[in-house]
Formats: sequence, C-alpha cells, structure tokens
Amino acid sequence: MIRLASTARAALAAALLTAFAFVLIGPLANLALWSVAERWYTPYKLPVSYGTRYWEQVFRPSGDAMASLGTSVWIAVLTVIVALALSIPAGYALARLKLPMRSLFMVMFLLPQAFPSVAIYINVARTFYQLGINGTVFAVVLVHAAHGLVYSVWIAAAAFAAVDKDLELAARNIGASPMRTFATVTLPLAMPGIIASGIFVFLESLDEFTGTFFVGVPQVITLPLLLYNAAMGGNYQVASITALILLVPSVLFMLFIERFLRADVLAKVGA
Amino acid sequence: MQAGLQDNPRSGAAISVRGLHVAYGGTRVLHGVDLDFTPGSFTALLGSSGCGKTTLLRSLSGFVPVQSGSILVGGRDVASLPPEKRGMAMVFQSYALWPHMTVLQNIGYGLKLRGASSAEIATKVAAMLEFLGLPGYESRKVTALSGGQRQRVALGRALAIDPGILLLDEPLSNLDAKIRMTMRHEIRAIQQRLGLTAVHVTHDREEAMTMADRLVIMQAGRIAQVGTPEEVYDRPATAFVANFMGAENVLPVRVERSGQGASLHAGGASASLAASPSAAFPAGEAVAYFRDDVARLDAVDAPASGDLVVPGLIAARAYPGGVYRYRVEAAGREITVDDATRHELGTKVGLRIPVQRLHIFPATEAGIAA
Repeated sequence: MIRLASTARAALAAALLTAFAFVLIGPLANLALWSVAERWYTPYKLPVSYGTRYWEQVFRPSGDAMASLGTSVWIAVLTVIVALALSIPAGYALARLKLPMRSLFMVMFLLPQAFPSVAIYINVARTFYQLGINGTVFAVVLVHAAHGLVYSVWIAAAAFAAVDKDLELAARNIGASPMRTFATVTLPLAMPGIIASGIFVFLESLDEFTGTFFVGVPQVITLPLLLYNAAMGGNYQVASITALILLVPSVLFMLFIERFLRADVLAKVGA
Repeated sequence: MQAGLQDNPRSGAAISVRGLHVAYGGTRVLHGVDLDFTPGSFTALLGSSGCGKTTLLRSLSGFVPVQSGSILVGGRDVASLPPEKRGMAMVFQSYALWPHMTVLQNIGYGLKLRGASSAEIATKVAAMLEFLGLPGYESRKVTALSGGQRQRVALGRALAIDPGILLLDEPLSNLDAKIRMTMRHEIRAIQQRLGLTAVHVTHDREEAMTMADRLVIMQAGRIAQVGTPEEVYDRPATAFVANFMGAENVLPVRVERSGQGASLHAGGASASLAASPSAAFPAGEAVAYFRDDVARLDAVDAPASGDLVVPGLIAARAYPGGVYRYRVEAAGREITVDDATRHELGTKVGLRIPVQRLHIFPATEAGIAA
C-alpha cells in the first residue's frame, strides 16, 4: 500500500518535472532547431536539411549580426556606467539619509514604468529630434539608462539599506572620514547588490527594443532590432540565432544572482 | 609582546559632560546631564532600557547630535566635532566587525588610517592579538570566529589606535554566560593595565558592579545616583535606585515621631528607628524597600528585639537551591523572602526584617518609581 503510494508520488513528480522541463526547454529547443535548419517547409514536422550555414553567416566578421552585437554591447556598457553613476549616490541617499520626500523620490524613479512605453518614447524621440541627437549612440544610452534606473536605484537602495549602520559608525569612530568610510566599508559591503543591479541594467539594455526603435533607427542597429528585421523578413534562422545569443547573458546573470546575492539584500528590494 | 604595548604608555583622558541635552526626532532623551569622568576611571552607566544610557554613550562618541551642553575632553569641547575627531574608541554590542575584512584588516584599519606602513601594522596587530590571547589569527575571516573571539577582535580594533577613552556599549550582552564572566575580568584588567578612561553601558547590575569603580544610575534621561558600587547598593538615593539595585520587596510603612526618636509601623508591627540611618526621616506615610535575602521567617509571636516583625501568611514556596524562596502575604503586599527552613503553605509566620536594612522613602516619591 505504502509502496504503491510512493510509486504514485514518484510518477507524479516525474510527470510534473517533465512538463516543467518541456515548458522551459521546449521554446529553446525550437530555437536551437531553427538555427540549424537550412530548409524546413510546411508538411514536414522536422527540418528537411540541417547545416551551420546561418551560424556562419551570423558570425562572419563582416556580418550585420556581429556589428549589431558590438553596438549592443557598447551601448549596454555605457548604459551601465551612466546608471551606476546615478544609482549609487541615489540609492545611498534613499537608504541612509533622511530625505524629506523619500517616497516622492522613489515614485519619480518608478514613474516611467507606469505609462505605456510607446507613448513616452514617441515624445522622447520628438525632443531628441529637436536637440539633434536622434540616431546617435548617446541618445540610445540615455533612453536605456532612464529605463534601467528604475531597477538599479531600487536595488542599490536595498543593497545599502542591508549594510548595518554600526559598521559605518565603527569606521568613523576610529578615525575614518565619511568618504573614506563609504569607500572602504559601505560600498564594498553593498557591492554584490550593486553588481547585480549593473548586470540587470546591462541585460535590460541588451534586450531593449521599443526605445531603441524610436530614437536609434536607422543609424543605430542593436541586436534586438536586427532580430526584428530578420524575423520580419522571414529569416527565422538568423532570428533564432540572435535570440540564442541574447539568452547567454541572462543565464549568466541568473547564475550570479544565485551564487552571490544574499537573501537579506533581495528581501529589502522595494522596501 | 605585552612589553610592546607598555612601551607606549597611555593614560586615559578626562571627560566632563555639562548640561547635555539630546533629542531624537523631537523626543527629549537626555534632560541636562552633568557628569565627570576622571582619567583612568571605569564608569558603568546603568539603567533599564530607554533610560538614555546608550544615548549618553552615543553622544559622547559623536553618533548622536547634541542639542545643547558641552562635552569636554582634556579641556577641549568636542560636542560639535564629528566622531572621527574625538579620539574615543568604541566596542559595539553587535561587535560591528567588517565581514569583508580579515582579523588583520579589522584591527589594522585605524592604524592604516593613521598612515602606518603595512610592516608596522603587521607588528602591532600581532602584538595586539597576542595580548588578547588570539595569536596567529591575522588571516582569519571575522565571520569564522566565535562570539567571544569576535568581541576580542572588536576590543583589539578599538585599542589599536591608542585611544585615551574606551566606550563599551553593552559589549558582553551577546555572549553566553561563561564567556561573559571571563570577559568581564579581561576587559577590567586591560583597562587597568593601560590606564584608559572607560565608560561602560549595561543593563546588567552585577556586570556593572563587578567591573566598574563607579556606577551612574540613570532614569528617564536623568542621573538618579552616582557612586561606588557599595554606596549605590547600600545607600540608594531614591526609591527607583533601591528598586533597580535589587530591593524589589515593597512594604508600605508609617513613620511616627515621638520625643527624640521615631518609630516605624507596618501591618500591625512596629519598631524603633533610633539605630537606623533613616532616623532623621520625616513623619508620615512611606514605602520601605528591601532585598529578598534581608528578611527571615520567624514565629508570629517571636520577640521583636529591635527588628520589624510583620505577621504574614505563606502563599507559595520554591526551591531554587540552597535556601527556600517564599512568597509571603504581609501588610497587604506580596513579599519574596529567602529562608533556610522549610515551612508549609498557609502557615502564619512573622516576617523579620532588620530595620537598618530597609531603604525608606516618602510615599509620594515611591509612587513615581513603582
């Protein structure tokens, strides 16, 4: 009887696990299959012929894909720098100082998320046209940073709030100036959270489509825009390969979060 | 290695606190504190939670802004200086060791700030660890240390900068009982050897009495009494101090004056006050405080022979070891008494209290403390 129950339980677990794996891996497997399908048309359940032609095309040094990957990464790096330069002081201020309008501040950072992004980006694009910066990497970085700040300020504030104040006071007490204390005690202790927020901003920037579409095109072509063009042009192979490339940093980020971020920092996100 | 520390003779600095007012977000916490700390003295700030003892310590260290008043260290007012310019070193209740640094980096932090070379830091930290009984612990992570070891490292970090003043913010309350006893003696011995001026905050009466030369009892943001452990224990200045120092039994009494003497009446019993330090006490309603171990149980009709023998009824008995602990109903109050002999519940007894061991205060004052 007990044996039957345990067998049933094991079978149920196996079934659920399979279903979960299918939901998770199914779309990825589809992408992988498409990326190596040289010919695949309607009546056939599987590709007609396989090959790495499209991979070669994407990774050809002169290919569009490598150029847009370069653009994407460059924009993402600049976005991280801009976002961290703002979110480290802002996060510290939100976590530590008694700001009179702390909540208002927080809302201001979150507000861009409250509206449909297309409406915002059309206005941004119009303003950028007037300023003459539309179609530049600078403009795209600004848009990505504004988007990324929503998260990075939030996460940085949580990371700073998780640093025990007594640790700072102990440094001040034996002679460290406020700046020195911040540099040697507060910042190193908040660093895992700051790095996580940086990676998050990096990924958001890599993935960002709408804003780039409005302020970047046609001069600035990032990977998601290339993917969009390829998919619209019916080239599912290039679209799949681009999507797989975009997946790599996300997986690395998850591994980082799992390995380095303390639970008490995560718990303070949004507090 | 201890010689290395003695090569550098330190002497504590004097602190004078004058008219210190401190408020937290509109709430007054300290209402004008005046206190002097002589060089090399060990003072314990004692009081129940919320009495302002930690706030007083934190305003000395500069963590809490002072509303008004002055803090003179060696004649210089430091009340408006930031914490890093006060030359005081603090040991925190939470130890506040930096988890991203090794023991060496923690203890050497203050030395590095003062521009010491890494060789100097290594030598000094090694001497300090030897001194604290943790030789060879330099490269350990502080997170890998036990509570007692962390407390020693925290002490080492504070002592490494040769402070004139050592501030101790309940440093022993997170340690288990056995290590706490050892650390009491160690901290006291280190303070004596280095001649530091130490200010120790605690809510543990025994800890304060065993470590300090002088107790400062605080109550609601004011100083209730300052004195040696003996003075505060044997001659409490107020009902609050008496109660806080362990005289938890409360007996309502009436003082009557006649001729040159005075007498004490409680629950049908009376005794002469002539031989008591409270002899000069004004007549009227009063409250007497005494410790559990002061009173004895006797027969109801036992001769008073100078003591106050109050009739009572045994309501409860417990055996904590060595003596029996009774709860006796007498004079409308429940009194806790220790006695060596076993009595049955419900027995009528005489509660024998030596008059000179009572701390008597006017009923009006006691009402505030109770």
